[in-house]
Amino acid sequence: MTKTTDTINDSLLPASAKPEKALIFELSKPGRVAYSLPACDVPEASPETYIPASMLRTIPAQLPEVYEVDVIRHYTELSRRNFGVDNGFYPLGSCTMKYNPKINEDTARFGGFAKIHPYQPEESLQGALELLYTLQNDLAALTGMDQVTLQPAAGAHGEWTGLMMIRAYHESRGDKRTKVIVPDSSHGTNPASATVAGFETITIKSDARGMVDLDALRAAVGSDTAALMLTNPSTLGLFEEQIVEIAQIVHDAGGLLYYDGANSNAIMGITRPGDMGFDVVHLNLHKTMSTPHGGGGPGAGPVGVKSKLIPYLPKPIVGRREDGAYFFDYDRPESIGRVKAYYGNFGILVRAYTYIRTYGPEGLRHVSECAVLNANYMMHRLASHYEIPYPGVCKHEFVMSGRGLKQYGVRTLDVAKRLLDFGYHPPTIYFPLNVEECIMIEPTETESKETLDGFIDTMIRIAEEARTTPELVINAPYDTVVRRLDETTAARKPVLNCACS
Amino acid sequence: MTNLHRYIPMTEQDQADMLATIGVQSTEELFRDIPEAIRYRGVLPMSGALDEISLLGHMKELAGRNADTDSYASFLGAGIYDHHVPVVINHMISRSEFYTAYTPYQPEISQGELQAIFEFQSYICELTGMAVANASMYDGVTALSEAGALAAGATKRSRIVISRAVHPEARETVRTMARGLNLEIVEVGYANGVTDLAELQAAVTAETAAVLVQSPNFFGCLEDLSAIEPIIHGVKGLFVVSTNPISLGLIEAPGKLGADIVVGDAQPLGISQSLGGPTCGFFAVAEPLMRRMPGRIVGQTTDIDGKRGFVLTLQAREQHIRREKATSNICSNQALLALCASIYLSTMGKQGLQDVANLNLQKAHYASARLAEQPGIALAFPAPFFNEFVIRLPEGTSVKELNLKLLEAGVLGGYDLGLAYPELAGHMLVAVTEKRTRAEIESFASRLGELA
Repeated sequence: MTKTTDTINDSLLPASAKPEKALIFELSKPGRVAYSLPACDVPEASPETYIPASMLRTIPAQLPEVYEVDVIRHYTELSRRNFGVDNGFYPLGSCTMKYNPKINEDTARFGGFAKIHPYQPEESLQGALELLYTLQNDLAALTGMDQVTLQPAAGAHGEWTGLMMIRAYHESRGDKRTKVIVPDSSHGTNPASATVAGFETITIKSDARGMVDLDALRAAVGSDTAALMLTNPSTLGLFEEQIVEIAQIVHDAGGLLYYDGANSNAIMGITRPGDMGFDVVHLNLHKTMSTPHGGGGPGAGPVGVKSKLIPYLPKPIVGRREDGAYFFDYDRPESIGRVKAYYGNFGILVRAYTYIRTYGPEGLRHVSECAVLNANYMMHRLASHYEIPYPGVCKHEFVMSGRGLKQYGVRTLDVAKRLLDFGYHPPTIYFPLNVEECIMIEPTETESKETLDGFIDTMIRIAEEARTTPELVINAPYDTVVRRLDETTAARKPVLNCACS
Repeated sequence: MTNLHRYIPMTEQDQADMLATIGVQSTEELFRDIPEAIRYRGVLPMSGALDEISLLGHMKELAGRNADTDSYASFLGAGIYDHHVPVVINHMISRSEFYTAYTPYQPEISQGELQAIFEFQSYICELTGMAVANASMYDGVTALSEAGALAAGATKRSRIVISRAVHPEARETVRTMARGLNLEIVEVGYANGVTDLAELQAAVTAETAAVLVQSPNFFGCLEDLSAIEPIIHGVKGLFVVSTNPISLGLIEAPGKLGADIVVGDAQPLGISQSLGGPTCGFFAVAEPLMRRMPGRIVGQTTDIDGKRGFVLTLQAREQHIRREKATSNICSNQALLALCASIYLSTMGKQGLQDVANLNLQKAHYASARLAEQPGIALAFPAPFFNEFVIRLPEGTSVKELNLKLLEAGVLGGYDLGLAYPELAGHMLVAVTEKRTRAEIESFASRLGELA
């Protein structure tokens, strides 16, 4: 670490001309402060008076010494080296990067939501409890489930919560079931969550149409099947047309159906997991319900269940007494317990509820219709330039293969990097694993035809560049603050902090 | 034109043009792959749509029915604290380049977030005295659960010993995790407000993967980490410490006292209370455990021109590569809240963190002295504490009733310990942060003296 300060003001430079950004620690100069605290208004004694010296810190944490303007300029410049939905089109498949409405941010910051404590008397939280209760019911209606827990903090957390309930359900019946079946197109968290819930994962191959292979499923299910985990529409953007038969096969074997709600933006008000035969559902509110991804979190992964699983829901859930008062219901003896502190990511739940109220049920249906129309439009316009492995109709997203460009030495990764030079966030790449050189595109409903056309034209242009000037694509990006980074050295010789002291 | 909505740009003309390109007559045709038997044909029984003015009014009405700390003086902690949030934090986390971004999968256009996480990891290492930290976890209690799971995997042992002085909700969450992984949990009691060392010594065996303690613990008391460390290391198990990051402005870093894993909740570092979530867990380990860490990790590297840059790294641990063999199922972090914590620590700096910790210490001890002067009220435990302590109220006092009376007086009273510890019925856990003034403390003490 040689830099001691940002020596030039780089805020007006083009990205590629920007120098390395100093770490906040490198801006430190002894004697500067950015804080303001009250003077101590109670009689003060040395800390040793209260705490044995052996327990006190001997060397203060070596935090930077900067003033407020440093803090503001530092984080402002960092923000300018980042790309969000507000910066431009972000067609990241399976992530539903829709617009994050500003009213959600405002309501979540209301003092009556942001400055309340989880252990306040329930009498002093009735507005918050009503919101949670209503949201539980709204999400149950949306998914066709009987009861919802809002506690899980993320999609993967919801998966694990759901699987723990499935395990508790089977165990309560004296039924020892150890296996969870997932298709090869599933999210990686599905098998990972199954492991953490104590299950063994069986992966089954998709058929030529990208659907669950019913014969493979029949061969896989048995008296040890705890559940099938399914994303529908799948990560290929395809609706499992035989979902009713799939449910029948799993249920006949005594297993339950778990719905990974990552792709719910395709089906709101059009079909419901509960009606398809699913027993447990998680939703990603940071996808379907527009809450911001925050650069990787926080999210929220509420889980809905059919009535037979209600006893196992994490506690507490929010209930309503006959007199209309809302309360935390802890009296749930068969509950799997707690999966997180307090009641879930409340600030995210406020945003999701706000979002639902901007649309109502018919509006949400329109959201899904527009998301699906946008995806089909893009797929059709791109079909003559990239290989579409599963033609027909898609739902809210679709996959393409970039393998046609390999003959020019251009890979899907290169196409993604070239998109950066045109100001787009690339689609999801190399997922799902069962499509070679996969490019997975999800436009969402909040993008205009003009935006879609601009992106499509750029994708066509990059395919043309791959044919005519492949080096141009292979060496991209050019117009970013850093170019391709050495990930191998990062993993082999990890430097994970600045070792400031 | 009922479908017009401010977040959706689709015009009737757009729709007609797009359908023509696709070669279908209607949007309905795009759903032909969904069997009729499972189509939903009604209107979902959900909350209805509101215009922006009505929605703001509705949300204000809901918010208005909650007692918030703008209007109430809070002595409530128990894991979530009413600390001052420096005003710069909200301004910076409201930069939408941060909050509307996804996980930084494309490092070339995510250097801001990646560097912010790298700085967060650096801050956590510096505070905790540990070698490496990850990009953050859902919250402090899930971080503790993951620490237990890591310890079981690393030691290939299945018994975890946890102190009853650990947050009750953390212990519940650890138990849920343990059921999933088929681990055994052994709880060890407390004496004088801290983990009972004799009982701990007896519970720790060659089968013990880890000892999990919290310091300051749930009662606010400081555990003697130096005395616990040899007990678990004597059997080659791992020493896991959950801590309050703001206390580390004054209290020795657990990493300096032999901890193998240090976790906690970053909520005190500039994160709003928000009914307990979202907050941000932190997770730091000693070097040998680095490749077993759950969650995201950011590392420093260089680009092809030799320029410093940052990337997500050590991904061979993660589920999109390892699937069922991943070290954990966690594939996100609490990036925006980690950013809050980083901005908080940047703002407080070296001196400010010591000062704010000292204010907490001084005010909490002043409050404990004033409360102990009240007739019938006594400090429950003799152990040293940071900013939170337990008082014993007169025999038969209902803490719940007492808190309702305090609420009427504009005060959020302390946590009713009888809820989680039957033997501590009539005891209140009182938290005092830098926000409480001498006048509020004195008024709280005398009011409690009158009411109890």
